[in-house]
Amino acid sequence: MITLKNVRKTYENGADALKGINLEVADGEFIFIVGPSGSGKSTLTKILTGEVCPTDGEVVVNGFDMNRIRRSKLHKLRRTLGIIFQDFRLIENKTVYQNVEFVMRVLGAKPRKIKERVRYVLELVGLDHKMRCMPEELSGGEQQRVAIARALANNPKLIIADEPTGNIDPELSRELMALLVEINKKGTTVLVVTHEEELVNEFTNRVVVINSGRIVRDGTGGYYGNV
Amino acid sequence: MSFLTAFTMICCLIIMGTCALLTLNVQQIINVLEDENQMVAFVDEALSDEEARAMEKELLAIDNVSEVRFVTREEAMVNFLDRYDDNSLFEDVDSSVFRNRYLIYVEDIVFMEQTQNDLAGVYGVAKINALLKVAKGFVTLRNILGVVALSVFVVLFLISVILMTSTMKAAAHIRATEISIMRMVGATKSFIRWPFVLEGMLIGLFASLCAFLLQWGGYNLLAENISGALSFITVIPFESIIIPVLVAFCAVGVLEGMFGSVGAVKDRPRK
Repeated sequence: MITLKNVRKTYENGADALKGINLEVADGEFIFIVGPSGSGKSTLTKILTGEVCPTDGEVVVNGFDMNRIRRSKLHKLRRTLGIIFQDFRLIENKTVYQNVEFVMRVLGAKPRKIKERVRYVLELVGLDHKMRCMPEELSGGEQQRVAIARALANNPKLIIADEPTGNIDPELSRELMALLVEINKKGTTVLVVTHEEELVNEFTNRVVVINSGRIVRDGTGGYYGNV
Repeated sequence: MSFLTAFTMICCLIIMGTCALLTLNVQQIINVLEDENQMVAFVDEALSDEEARAMEKELLAIDNVSEVRFVTREEAMVNFLDRYDDNSLFEDVDSSVFRNRYLIYVEDIVFMEQTQNDLAGVYGVAKINALLKVAKGFVTLRNILGVVALSVFVVLFLISVILMTSTMKAAAHIRATEISIMRMVGATKSFIRWPFVLEGMLIGLFASLCAFLLQWGGYNLLAENISGALSFITVIPFESIIIPVLVAFCAVGVLEGMFGSVGAVKDRPRK
């Protein structure tokens, strides 16, 4: 699913964001990438989604070699991913249904399939009764659930959630994380990038801790758990 | 913003259209004047009338000669006398003092001097009168007009394209979230760009149709006034050129919209 071998990233201003990352994520895994601000988590996410190229090292995501993939072919990789952002990034002038439908329309799905799938994913995140609402009518947690539904719309192999609970309260954060765990149980690989220690400690999944561009711990048992 | 762009494009298109139609009309007037700008080839007095008439084929065979008309001595004298209101002074003049001559019309006055030299080489041609300076004046006028019209057209076209680029950049900025989502879910670049290009083309088409209708009305109004006040000028009827003008307006409008939009979204999506 994901293979990173000695991945380095140095930005043009000379900042070393990643200093030799080695990581393997298998199909169907649920993994937390944690670390303080400026540790390199976001750079890692951007490398996985093809927004940033590594300076050195090998990166393979869903079978796509990120060093060899052409920019014009990046969309093929992205069609295998579901991405969830901290700021939700919902389109304000579209309803909940349209926000999710939009993604499938972009990829050229047939109307009947779109209708079935959108209803299914909204049901999955518990928002089927709010499909006609506009994003501004929803709470932060609900908006993020719409974003999760949107990420699921194309049945991706891998979901990358970048600080998905950053803009919602702790109670809702737990619900949201539980939802991602449920999605993972259905077979989708989930990679959650976060800096919220308490939240991570409530789950028993694999945790990779990054600090100053290096992996300092890879194991289970929460933020400070077992290696 | 789109409305403002369409409005400015309409103005630019009308100025471009006016410029093109003005050029077209002036070209026609110049063409008429050019057609009237003939040369006169005087026939050697030693040649008989039959021999003079026999020269016609040889003159017609010369490059750039479109038409020749033989004028006898008698006709030349009548034409001469017609120029004077009081021609009693010339009552005793015999037609033999005039020479047989040919009025020679050319296809393109640009090559008038060369044609004059060729005509001078024909056996029996004694002298040629050609208003070379007038011909050169027409050529210069035609060239200046062409350059001015083309310059105005190019400048206004670029202005319209820049305006469209700004509009589409603003539109792309407003829809930045939408674009970033499209990008992250795997939409192709062409899929992301196409709506903007289409929007630009539609604005261009709308502007060109509005400009065309306004131009049509304005042109006919102007043509009526010119025909009334300056009867010696023949204005090309708009209805006779309506299809090419409509096609040109639409093509220019759509191209402006297309180039403007492509310029605006060529760097979107960025990654």
